[in-house]
Amino acid sequence: MDPLVLARIQFAATTIFHFFFVPVTIGLVFMIAVMETMYVVKGKEEYKKMAKFWGKIFLINFAVGVVTGILQEFQFGMNWSDYSRFVGDVFGAPLAIEALAAFFLESTFMGIWIFGWDRLSKKVHLLSIWLVCIGTTLSALWILAANSFMQHPVGFQINNGRAEMNDFFALIANGQLWVEFPHTVLGALATGSFLICGISAYKMLKKQDYSFFKKSFQIAIIVALVSSFLTAVFGHQQAQYLVKTQPMKMAASEGLWGKSGDPAGWTVVAFIDPTTKENKYELKIPYLLSFLSYSKFSGEVKGMNELQDQYVKQYGEGNYIPPVRTTFWSFRIMVAAGSLMILFAAYGLYLSARKKLERPNKWFLRIMLLSISLPYIANTSGWIMTEFGRQPWTVFGYMTTADSVSPSVTGGQILFSLIAFCAIYSVLAVVMTYLWVRVIKKGPYAVDAADEHSSDPFSKEGYHAVS
Amino acid sequence: MLSLNELWFVLVAVLFIGFFFLEGFDFGVGMATGVLAKNDTERRVLINSIGPFWDGNEVWLLTAGGAIFAAFPNWYATMFSGYYTPLVVLLLALIARGVAFEYRGKVHDRRWKKTWDICIFAGSLLPPFLLGVVFAGFMKGLPIDGQMEMKAGLFDMVNLYTLLGGVTVTVLCFVHGLLFTTLRTEGELRERARKLAKAMLFPLAALLAVLGVSTYFATDIFEVRGAVLSALAVVGLIAFLLAGYFITKKRDGWAFGMTGAVIALAIVGVFTGLFPNVMISSIDAAFNLTVDNAASGHYSLKVMTIVAISLLPFVLGYQIWSYFVFHKRVHEKQHLEY
Repeated sequence: MDPLVLARIQFAATTIFHFFFVPVTIGLVFMIAVMETMYVVKGKEEYKKMAKFWGKIFLINFAVGVVTGILQEFQFGMNWSDYSRFVGDVFGAPLAIEALAAFFLESTFMGIWIFGWDRLSKKVHLLSIWLVCIGTTLSALWILAANSFMQHPVGFQINNGRAEMNDFFALIANGQLWVEFPHTVLGALATGSFLICGISAYKMLKKQDYSFFKKSFQIAIIVALVSSFLTAVFGHQQAQYLVKTQPMKMAASEGLWGKSGDPAGWTVVAFIDPTTKENKYELKIPYLLSFLSYSKFSGEVKGMNELQDQYVKQYGEGNYIPPVRTTFWSFRIMVAAGSLMILFAAYGLYLSARKKLERPNKWFLRIMLLSISLPYIANTSGWIMTEFGRQPWTVFGYMTTADSVSPSVTGGQILFSLIAFCAIYSVLAVVMTYLWVRVIKKGPYAVDAADEHSSDPFSKEGYHAVS
Repeated sequence: MLSLNELWFVLVAVLFIGFFFLEGFDFGVGMATGVLAKNDTERRVLINSIGPFWDGNEVWLLTAGGAIFAAFPNWYATMFSGYYTPLVVLLLALIARGVAFEYRGKVHDRRWKKTWDICIFAGSLLPPFLLGVVFAGFMKGLPIDGQMEMKAGLFDMVNLYTLLGGVTVTVLCFVHGLLFTTLRTEGELRERARKLAKAMLFPLAALLAVLGVSTYFATDIFEVRGAVLSALAVVGLIAFLLAGYFITKKRDGWAFGMTGAVIALAIVGVFTGLFPNVMISSIDAAFNLTVDNAASGHYSLKVMTIVAISLLPFVLGYQIWSYFVFHKRVHEKQHLEY
């Protein structure tokens, strides 16, 4: 078995899985912080109930996010040791800072928040959830600073055969980071708020705790609309940045082999044949690609064939075209999911503002329940586009994926770890979903499962059960 | 004056001291859930006693990993790829354990709890053992070639000496955890924890002594730094004896502090013995990874120094504060989160 292929599958599988949980964490913790703020400001118990109920959903998700995150940090050294040697000087810094500045903050105050309801004043307790919120956002900032370096390397020089940092601030001021970070964090807020909207919609459909979930919905739908709209805005910014820094990724995501012509039309669907390097069928919207690339209705976009020739001259013989169909379709799936999110959130906010949620609007609530999946689809396909589209590079223009893999790790070892991680992750996914469904079914006014049997220390269970 | 490379070597040691001191006790408490606790209630009291802390403690390991990546990329690359399979097992253990704390109390069902109990026990036992094996391997030397690639077979990683290292670290964490239990529980459970800690002192003393002697024979670190290491061993011995004394006198806080001191001294010993190497090659001393050939450039180290020195005090501050917030003992009649 080829270690490179296995290592790539493992990285993709574990990272995609990890990123099911991260956006929910970032999104939900913000929503919970908002709810608890309303509790502290307005003093209504209902908001506390809200923070606690959504907190339960959050914690079940958070646990998986945390433990799968440890693997992420170790994986660079384990599977990509040559990459780590080449970029550690630059890339290691944001990772270390992420741990120091973000993970400590996040995990310490998470513990304080969970266990501190009765031990801290309202304000200090509120502060702790906001610090968790800051922690999760900082964590996103630093890991995306590292990722942005891979997309658009800055702030370094090649010395002794490796990349050495020579400008830390360039690393933070990287243009890529400031389109990627808002896009990702806003996408995370959309994920969290759509989750709350979807679960609330389900409970409203079931007519359980109607007013509680209506209120949750009303808060979350605002965030859902604002964040999904702004995610698209920053996505547009990112596309324009892409044309400048990674034109090949842009061309691949458009399935554009030759020059686009001026003005450039946007391909909605195409049958792409990477072997003959042409598209058998295309459906185009005129002007739109020019607009996506330059925010105006004119301008030409370079095609893959031209860029390939250019890169061969620049970097030597090789294939510099990423997997075109994957890049093309993942981009379209992301855009489609994102557009639906804006549409549904807008309609939801309209209903909410017009007080049309007093009675359940069945078809819409069903759509909102299903829409929980949309941000997950958009997040995943967005990252697939970003990372597939960068191939064959790990660090664009400096190191290829094939050169990055650990030379001392065998295919057999990776196969073992791949199977082990996939197995444990599958179990986690099932268990987590089961617990979510349980908590949702019980609703916000159920007695804590943990408290059910602890109240009476003299019961049989308390003293004699050896379980 | 320390060079930046030396400073980062010290900082990595400090991060590992923080990790083994803090996560060491929650590993120990995790083991105690399988050994000391007699029923579900006691198990829950134990889990809740580390509830607010374990996650923050684990970040010390993540930070140590991140610091090695940033400051010594070659160390990071060689160690993490060389120790591939043990690290996979370590990760699986940490994953199962972390989720288990959060999920165990969510469903009231015997089989459910039993399953997570196994995860907590195994997930608390394996990591200190594996890390003990890894650290012992650092000192004994590993087959690292001229390209800094470690191509270790099973018996390069797992042999009598490294197994001894693994078992010693595990037992040390166990005793440290039992003493933490005496600090955060009350009544009969607390008494039993103290009693078991006392009983474990003799096997632990034997393990530490054998490990010390084998280190003298299996590695060359005493030849290079015999004086300093002997001094550390003497201080360690005093701390250990004091731990025993305080346990007998039921001065739990002091006893806990002393096992913590033994842990810290052991890490200091490992790093002192290694310096200026970070990993020793069993093939040729010229292939050793050192604080110089494994390190990042001067600029990068300078940036990281500024960042670390400005952030660490805050981290220490709020972590200490969190222990202050949850200083009260956990008892079974109160609301138990986990």
